[in-house]
Amino acid sequence: MVRVVLPYHLRNLAKVADEVHVEVDGPVTIRSVLDALEKSYPMLRGTIRDHVTGKRRPFLRFFACQEDLSHGSYDESLPEAVATGAEPLLVLGAIAGG
Amino acid sequence: MSGVRVLVGTRKGAFILTADGKRDRWEVSGPHFAGWEIYHIKGSPAEPNRLYASQTSGWFGQIIQRSDDGGKTWIQPGTKPGEPTTTPEGMPMGESNKFVYDTSPETGKPLTTHQFYDGTAHPWEFKRVWHLEPSLTDPDTVYAGVEDAALFRSTDGGQSWHELAGLRGHGTGPHWQPGAGGMCLHTIILDPSDPKRIFIAISAAGAFRTDDGGVTWKPINRGLFSQYIPDPTAEVGHCVHHVAMNPSRPGVLFMQKHWDVMRSDDAGDNWREVSGNLPTDFGFVIDVHAHEPETIYVVPIKSDSEHYVHDAKMTVYRSRTGGNEWEALTKGLPQSNCYVNVLRDAMSVDSLDPCGVYFGTTGGQVYASADAGDGWTAIVRDLPPVLSVEAQILE
Repeated sequence: MVRVVLPYHLRNLAKVADEVHVEVDGPVTIRSVLDALEKSYPMLRGTIRDHVTGKRRPFLRFFACQEDLSHGSYDESLPEAVATGAEPLLVLGAIAGG
Repeated sequence: MSGVRVLVGTRKGAFILTADGKRDRWEVSGPHFAGWEIYHIKGSPAEPNRLYASQTSGWFGQIIQRSDDGGKTWIQPGTKPGEPTTTPEGMPMGESNKFVYDTSPETGKPLTTHQFYDGTAHPWEFKRVWHLEPSLTDPDTVYAGVEDAALFRSTDGGQSWHELAGLRGHGTGPHWQPGAGGMCLHTIILDPSDPKRIFIAISAAGAFRTDDGGVTWKPINRGLFSQYIPDPTAEVGHCVHHVAMNPSRPGVLFMQKHWDVMRSDDAGDNWREVSGNLPTDFGFVIDVHAHEPETIYVVPIKSDSEHYVHDAKMTVYRSRTGGNEWEALTKGLPQSNCYVNVLRDAMSVDSLDPCGVYFGTTGGQVYASADAGDGWTAIVRDLPPVLSVEAQILE
């Protein structure tokens, strides 16, 4: 079980109150976690990664275990603590505006 | 008694304002989709409780929302929670927030670049839906005008979207360029007398018309003069801000260009200026009285450098002569220290008698007139900046 923490607006869109739990088959990577997340919450398709290119949307970041994982490969294994559910994968919206 | 519903899109959510036919007591619901930009909400003329909304965010992209009960509840039509996400064959189901530019050679000459601000070729990139125009006859058919400029259509209630690629492919697309607000297709007008005729407008490319249901398109910008482009009378490149039509006279169009208020009596083939005695002819909105096709409304804005109303006074100008002769309408509107703008999709009329006129401001006020503009009252005053206003009649 992988824990995912979504930004406020995506929690509202998915109608979830707190962090989301998804089951991932095989290696736990950003890609496999997003695939599982979008399968459970199809309304999130296109909101985290672009529909066509699959790229992370520019104002979002992936953090886990005090590390910024946004610029690595989608297919790199996430930290063991994320794979075991000890730590969540954080999807963060950039702080912007005023 | 008939009632009125006014659909308001703002920078931070949607609001729905309702009143009975007297239009003097209003109920306000919202914010719907709090915190999201709602560029446009519009109801289906064929089924008024069917509403479509464009919900967007610089962070999270484009969402299409649909209501089948007049805005009480909403769904994302292509991604209903709990429903299968693939067909039995494993193909992805329709996804209502997916707008993918057409690249198939069979549907026109799809283009890959337009001009960017610096004059270089720039690939088309989807950003958001500016305007949703439901079909006049089929509640499941709706058009979407998007940025970067293109026209999409859904025939399944917003579940899936397909580009009418002939617009970008008609030949001038590589020369289109963005206005200050982006390269947006912001106006879609369906001709009630001819289901195959559609008018659209793009900032800053100009106006276009199809007479074959969207397969082929022609620019309709003859008569426009734009001193801010290298050839002021060019076929494309004009920053058309909005176009309006009275359904009883679909060949007569009125346009608020960046500067200049224009009129066409031949479905856009030729335009002439009707700015007349307006204090400034810069502006964004323009609309036509529901019953008097020669009565039109604009809100002059001081200039393209100062995007607020002229002389710090909120003033709607009305012409009862189809342009050129304009009267200032000020009763009930602030006449000092007013520095707000009225954006291009933020004016609408209802079809009651007398005609109701509505507009919203970047200061969050939504004003209503139940007497064709003679007097105004603020329905609400402190909403987020208003992006769009649409009125519909409830029987």
